Amino acid sequence: MPRSLITLVSLAVLVGAWEFFGRDINPVFGSYPSAIAAAFVELVRTGQLGAALYESLRPFVVGYGLAIIVGVPLGLVIGRFRVVEAALGIYVTAGYAMPLVALVPLLILWLGLGFAVKAAVVFLMSLFPICINTWLGVTAVPKSLIEVGRAFVAPNSVILRRIVLPATLPYIMAGLRLAVGRAVVAMVIAEFFTTISGLGAIIINSANNFDTATMFVPIVVLMVLAIGLNGLIGWVERRVAPWQAEIAGRDD
Amino acid sequence: MGSVELTDVSKTFTLRVDGAEQAVRALDRLSFGVNDGEIVALIGPSGCGKTTALRIAMGLDSASSGRVAVDGVAVTGCGHDRGMVFQHAELLPWLTAAENVMFGLEMKGVRGAELRDTAQRYLDLVGLTDSGSRRPYQLSGGMQQRVGIARALAIDPKVLLMDEPFGALDAQTRETMQAELIDIHARTKKTILFVTHDLDEAVLLADRVVVMQHGAVQEIMEVPLPRPRGDLEALRGSAVFAATRYRLWRAINATAH
Repeated sequence: MPRSLITLVSLAVLVGAWEFFGRDINPVFGSYPSAIAAAFVELVRTGQLGAALYESLRPFVVGYGLAIIVGVPLGLVIGRFRVVEAALGIYVTAGYAMPLVALVPLLILWLGLGFAVKAAVVFLMSLFPICINTWLGVTAVPKSLIEVGRAFVAPNSVILRRIVLPATLPYIMAGLRLAVGRAVVAMVIAEFFTTISGLGAIIINSANNFDTATMFVPIVVLMVLAIGLNGLIGWVERRVAPWQAEIAGRDD
Repeated sequence: MGSVELTDVSKTFTLRVDGAEQAVRALDRLSFGVNDGEIVALIGPSGCGKTTALRIAMGLDSASSGRVAVDGVAVTGCGHDRGMVFQHAELLPWLTAAENVMFGLEMKGVRGAELRDTAQRYLDLVGLTDSGSRRPYQLSGGMQQRVGIARALAIDPKVLLMDEPFGALDAQTRETMQAELIDIHARTKKTILFVTHDLDEAVLLADRVVVMQHGAVQEIMEVPLPRPRGDLEALRGSAVFAATRYRLWRAINATAH
């Protein structure tokens, strides 16, 4: 049975059950797929959803992109050099557990209520999983591959770029996947706590109007977005690290 | 030219066993030499320090005391005058066979057309003319090790250092590779120092066999087989081979007690 078919069946069962039982619930306390679909069509028709999505995605893309640009090199040097690991490792470990929501008011004081603070929240939430995974990946690089570099007198920078980085790619990609989920959550948190805008605004406004079906639309959209981004990362991974799928011992 | 000289090389490791530090003497004033163009095998029971000796000769590990020299020049680290062939080939899995060979060359500063041509020439030498664009996982174990040998030879080192290069291969592939190494040696005249635990391999390939025990030389044995050794099959059946192999077997067994 092809994998996509299994996923489709699983999805059909879940949505079907939700539709069947959801109809009996008071529409303030819950909703069901067909009502959410109707609300979705309405939001698309008025152009609200498109505008909100665009507004949400801008800080998301910037924050997540910056987290990759900073997190991957940071993880590489922390993993590769003992001194850097001793100096910076604790901040990354601590930062991963940092209750970011509590710091949002402070970030607002520094960065205002607009685009910058939203991008910063997304950045801070996705930076640490990316960095930690890269770091872990570097420590898992086989010593024997490093020794190939040393035996052929490769300078440290070349060993880092041409041996450590490619060997770490599967871990980096796993970090990027984990970070997508956190970045989506961060984006909504930022929209709740700063200028209410984007998809977060639709959630808050419809919840305030007891319009539960409409409230579910952005939530579903965000989950679908996360699935799509995960698929995209998987596709990129197969492009940049095709050997990984070949040597991984996974049953198909 | 390409001679190797190990003089009074000692190596002490510190191990942590149950929280207590333990000094392990891997090499104890080890001395032997490899002449230019010669093939020397390092053999001995496991734990005798043969791989450590090879790694120190390569510069991957440093000696606690003593001196390693290539053509009279002291070894202080890895260098392009020595080419290393690893036990499990250790190809970079994200590079093609040709790119793996080119990696070593690039580190030596070779660029452009010369880079591609040299890599191809050495792939030809090891019989992989048409497999240059395959990735390691698309090559058999024997083919991977051929790439490993091509990568080491391509930088034109004075000395080829091999760490149980055929130890991970099946018997048949191993014999093919031994014949090819003999052939490559006949053509390139490279000095070769290799570690093995295979008596047949030591006798067939080497001019001299260094038998090690407890980190020191127990005996250095000449192999009185003539060169070129084109027909390995005939050699295996020869009386000289059998007698030498027996002498070597006795020498190693004497160390085991």
